[in-house]
Amino acid sequence: MAGPDLIVRNVSWQDDMVDVWLGGGRILRFAPLGEKAEECALIDGRGALLLPGLIDAHVHLREPGFEYKEDIASGLTAAAGGGFRAVLAMANTKPVNDSAAVTRFMLEQAADTHPFGPRLYPVGALSKNLAGQELAPLAELAEAGCKALSNDGVPVANADLFRRALEYASDLGLPVIDHCEDPHLAAGASMNEGRLSGLMGLKGQPVAAESLHVARDILLAQYLNLPVHLAHISCRQSVELIAWAKARDVRVTAETCPHYLLWTEEMVKGFNTLAKVNPPLRRMDDVEALRQAVREGIIDILVTDHAPHADHEKETPMDEAPGGISGLDTALSLSWTLVQRGILSAEDLCRLWAHRPAEIFALPSGNLTPGDPASFILFDTDATWTVTPQAMRSKGKNTPCLGQDLPGRVRLNVVDGHVVFQDAIVS
Amino acid sequence: MLWPHKDLLCISQLTNEEVLHVFRTARRFAEINARPIKKVPTLKGRTVILFFVEPSTRTKTSFDIAGKRLSADTYSLSASASSLRKGENLKDSALTLQAMHPDALVLRHPQSGAAEFLAQRLSCSVINAGDGWHAHPTQALLDGFTLCEIWGEDMTGKKILIVGDIAHSRVARSDVLLFTMLGARVRLCAPKTLLPSGVNTWPVDVVSDLTSACEGMDAVICLRLQLERQQAGLLPDLREYARHFGLNAARLRKANPGVRVMHPGPMNRGVEIDAALADAEQSLILEQVSAGVATRMALLFLYLTRKDQPAEA
Repeated sequence: MAGPDLIVRNVSWQDDMVDVWLGGGRILRFAPLGEKAEECALIDGRGALLLPGLIDAHVHLREPGFEYKEDIASGLTAAAGGGFRAVLAMANTKPVNDSAAVTRFMLEQAADTHPFGPRLYPVGALSKNLAGQELAPLAELAEAGCKALSNDGVPVANADLFRRALEYASDLGLPVIDHCEDPHLAAGASMNEGRLSGLMGLKGQPVAAESLHVARDILLAQYLNLPVHLAHISCRQSVELIAWAKARDVRVTAETCPHYLLWTEEMVKGFNTLAKVNPPLRRMDDVEALRQAVREGIIDILVTDHAPHADHEKETPMDEAPGGISGLDTALSLSWTLVQRGILSAEDLCRLWAHRPAEIFALPSGNLTPGDPASFILFDTDATWTVTPQAMRSKGKNTPCLGQDLPGRVRLNVVDGHVVFQDAIVS
Repeated sequence: MLWPHKDLLCISQLTNEEVLHVFRTARRFAEINARPIKKVPTLKGRTVILFFVEPSTRTKTSFDIAGKRLSADTYSLSASASSLRKGENLKDSALTLQAMHPDALVLRHPQSGAAEFLAQRLSCSVINAGDGWHAHPTQALLDGFTLCEIWGEDMTGKKILIVGDIAHSRVARSDVLLFTMLGARVRLCAPKTLLPSGVNTWPVDVVSDLTSACEGMDAVICLRLQLERQQAGLLPDLREYARHFGLNAARLRKANPGVRVMHPGPMNRGVEIDAALADAEQSLILEQVSAGVATRMALLFLYLTRKDQPAEA
């Protein structure tokens, strides 16, 4: 066996302090602290926690078309600093990613700006121009490199078209991700429907706008015996439907986001456009149902739904502001607050952010056993940082936790043996 | 009382005592409005911009007259004439107006929260003349002033019915806050499609049948039905709405003797209010308009002579 080409010293791994030896892009071994090796590069991990590199199966990187909000270069830089080894980028760009040309363009931008990672996996549009009328050329998208298909951002109202998409995509082996939202029930909404929307005089989105489509998708998946993945689940009703489906072995998987596990509709008080997101932040009862669902695996994975917007777009009254929260910079720290509060464990985070997404989207595994690809991060759980526009690497500074202190900082991000992010503290 | 607030955004900002102070100030200005010469020099040299991003004739005219009677210089800017039509966003419009150094900006805007949005960004007073479905505090204050002039300042035990499109009504939201604060009991009447979500948590009772809703009422406020509610599928047609939710003399007989009828205007005669009833002696609709000028004079006076107003040079 060849010697290591990089040793990351002094990291916390399975309640032990060890050195990690890397070679040929793979993990060679976990060695006792300070064990001598031949001449190779060294990084001092300063005791930080070793975690598998995270996968974010739901981001909007805005390129092509909306580069003033984010581009692939800035989005992947934020992903690298946020601890991600891969992101799946949604198709609601301009032009929409409904052709091999756009998919290849996205892959080229990623390869040019971040040749060693984090990896960009494009998600192809389910329907042409996301219009929900005709299927996009799904096989062409698969061949060009799309890892999943979705109409995210523009939910498919037509159940028959959605059914055909599930069937056609299954021949290609590509997961279908559905943004569950009834367009009529959700039309024009700025926040969750309830007491608060009534008082504030804002149009609210009832939870049924989501759960109705969750039920539709589950029933179709059961009838067709085909898989479906449900995006950014936000409410108890949906959780209960997914639990019902999983108890019957329906091939459904689901995701939610840190913001739905942490915040409620109260965040929009004072007409706070930074807390406007789609689906909207719900009530505490929904938050509690989601927390239990991610613990128990009813909801399979966490994603950011990273939705960067320019400052001036959010600096408007509520109705006008676009929905969305910029998430790549804060996702792991926000998740860690759940660990600190005893709601999730560090093992839960590895499952929700790394292992299950790799399974669902058939990405290389990152189990961190010797021989596996060397894709991991060092997370300094003792650090805290203040969320400021300067501290965020994404172009989108739109998060309601702006100004808050969050726990934990990514110090090192290694993808397939290549350092893609390194904090000055570890050298 | 030195006025402690920079902006008037929502009734919930005000205390009971402050509301009564507005009424007492309005009463003094109502006397001026009854004189042959209606102008006083109180706000001479002050600049008030009327920024109306949504069509409105009566509220804008009311503020305009109120400002001019106090000798303030008023300037009107409406959506059709403003740069908003050319794609300028609200923040930039507001900062542009701010750079002209007004003392107060009166805003009417179709989006809930627009007044608060401006108030956070401007150093001048922002007076909310209606934002989306959220709040219309000057309308509520003039409604309260109108009734106070008849009932006196203590409304304890009085019962007020608001009937119509509560869900989309900034007037209803502000009226409920104000009348409840003054001690009155408020009842709402509307089809469920026109009730706000969470109304069961409001300090009101809800009655769906208008005839029974009128029982025991001392005042009934009819709300304008926007005709687009029918297109949005919230009600089948205007005829059916008028039959079930239009106020008429027969229904009003269930109310207490001396019941008063109000409407914030503009009315759809024959829809939410019977055509003849609007002109009947119970009607306070024109009194509301007069009270509007006096109330807005009081508000401009209080906000432009407030505590933290810079001293004269």
